[in-house]
Amino acid sequence: MSLVLSRRQAGLFAASALVMTGQAAQAAEPIKIGLVAALSGQSAKSGEGITRGISIAIDEINAGGGLLGRPVELVRRDDESNPAKGQTAAREMIDSEKAVAIFGGIDSPVSQAIVSIVNAAKMPFMGVWAAATNITRNGADPNYCFRVSAVDVLVDKRLIAHATGVMGMKKPGLMLVNNGWGASNNNGLEAAAKAANLVLAGVEKFEDKDVDMTPQLQRLRDAGADGIILVGNAAPGALVVKGMQRLAWTAPVVSHWGISGGRFPELAGSWASKVHFIQTYSFFGKQNAVGEKVVKALKAKYADIKGVGDIVPPVGVANAYDAMMLLAMAIKSANSTDGEAIRAALEGLGKYNGLIKSYDKPFSHANHDALDENDYVMVRYNGEQIEPVTG
Amino acid sequence: MLSSALVAGFGLGSMYGLIALGFTLTFAVSGTVNFAQGSSFMLGAVSLHLLAISYHWPMGVAVVASLLICAAWGLVVERLAIRPFVVKGSNAWLMATVALGIVLDNCAMAVFGKEPRALDSMFADEPWIIAGVGVFPLQLIIPAVGLTLAALLQQGLTRTVLGLKLRATVQNSDAARLMGINVTALVAVTFAIAAAFAGIAGMLVAPLFNVAYDMGTLFGIKAFAVAILGGMSRPWGVVLAGLAFGLLEATTTSLLGSGSTQIVTFSLVIVALAIAPEGLFARRRTIRV
Repeated sequence: MSLVLSRRQAGLFAASALVMTGQAAQAAEPIKIGLVAALSGQSAKSGEGITRGISIAIDEINAGGGLLGRPVELVRRDDESNPAKGQTAAREMIDSEKAVAIFGGIDSPVSQAIVSIVNAAKMPFMGVWAAATNITRNGADPNYCFRVSAVDVLVDKRLIAHATGVMGMKKPGLMLVNNGWGASNNNGLEAAAKAANLVLAGVEKFEDKDVDMTPQLQRLRDAGADGIILVGNAAPGALVVKGMQRLAWTAPVVSHWGISGGRFPELAGSWASKVHFIQTYSFFGKQNAVGEKVVKALKAKYADIKGVGDIVPPVGVANAYDAMMLLAMAIKSANSTDGEAIRAALEGLGKYNGLIKSYDKPFSHANHDALDENDYVMVRYNGEQIEPVTG
Repeated sequence: MLSSALVAGFGLGSMYGLIALGFTLTFAVSGTVNFAQGSSFMLGAVSLHLLAISYHWPMGVAVVASLLICAAWGLVVERLAIRPFVVKGSNAWLMATVALGIVLDNCAMAVFGKEPRALDSMFADEPWIIAGVGVFPLQLIIPAVGLTLAALLQQGLTRTVLGLKLRATVQNSDAARLMGINVTALVAVTFAIAAAFAGIAGMLVAPLFNVAYDMGTLFGIKAFAVAILGGMSRPWGVVLAGLAFGLLEATTTSLLGSGSTQIVTFSLVIVALAIAPEGLFARRRTIRV
């Protein structure tokens, strides 16, 4: 029996075939998650840590069938710690890669430069390291910027408390990088010091490319500083410590977490372990079930991770893992990859037992920061490893 | 406060002077300016780090090898970015040296990586306290080496056959060539020596700061300002200008903060050159007409 199709039947058959082919292509098409971070330069380790955290989460999500029936894929761009390059990369993620959300990196100035772009494009942005207060608290409504990381205004309170408590400072001096992140902390530290009735010896700024910090340090020392509160990334932070070593100034140093994004222990040399700094998570000590699962996955995926001390920088890994999981929950809840739907879903998320903590309503319309001061931990370097400060 | 700044400024200033000596040498014999000189500074530090730390060569061998690498780089600069343009009477060597420096910086980035690295030294770990001021021994070694090299250069120019040939070439290259001096080879050797000077500066400064593929850019610009300020003709003048620049930088940072350093120092360079266009320590020339 021969099969003869009328012209109308043939048309319907062809149309059905096209639709089915299209559905198959869409089913196979991955959901792209963009990462715009420092993958090279003095903060390259931060980008690597964030990559690892997101990758472990994505592996877990894909092993469970992906999202909305589609696999999840990470697409990375190196911003080289340069705000202009970060903006270009963000536009590329939106226009060319068609990413459904963008993760940010360590550099606050880069994230600050991206904020207006993602809000205009209705593109969810997830900060997982940069701590400048105005990244999430940017005045936009609706606001597409979320963060699973520290917030300067809260970190600064903790730094002042640690400086005056554990480290016994009576009149600390501030050494701040001269950019938007430094400015954000300048305001926060001065406010926190005022609230604690603490007199600061002075505020000194340094450029990222400065090669000698001793003039600024000497000014603080002459002003009566009995300790330093440092805000800067690894390379200039190391020069601050080297400067103190040269001046034989043994005053204690407490630092924001920028120093953990590069080769601080190598660059700062024998005085690196003197510095106490803030993190949102430590892989040392007893881990919850998620922690044990993540450590196991990291060891299996990355040959250089033999123990928890090799998970560096821990803050990048932990923040990125939880942020990716929260984003995945939101995409599932929204049942869509539309930016507006994901933003609304993030603001309405319920409970999630994560790596850093058990989240309960991590975000709301008014609050886009999932972590607060109760989630911070003070640590220091022991060789290349980061361990909690005990006592 | 100022005593500490003086120590820092003296060390940095002698580095600027050492790099600027290279500018002076090559300008004198070829009439050109090697804008890849900052990259030679970087090459010294990066080569030393690669050989001594990554490949575990003995430090002495790594230093000598790094110096040879810098000298060879100087020859490459002269051959590729200077000679082809000078023989044609073109000033395109200006752009060519800038471009070649960028090429080297990017090659260094590919080989060495983008992350700054540390080069440990026993002379930059335990500070000495002198008159209440903390000083790494290396900070005293750096100006000592800088001044010694300037003195050796001065002596070499006046008391060696090579120096005599160099001075003859500086005075009148055509006459020197007619007298049997291989001016082309002499110019090439000068570029090698200049690059080696910058390499020494890079190696000396590496343990105090960080080693990075882009470390030569700012040092190169400042050293060029120093060379202009010193007058481009007298080694001693250039070294003195370097020290003055370094001290001015450190003092400005101490008194006004680092945000004002570049504004004040480069503004004062303009003022100084407005007052003495030939440079602060330039040799006055009399031209018979």
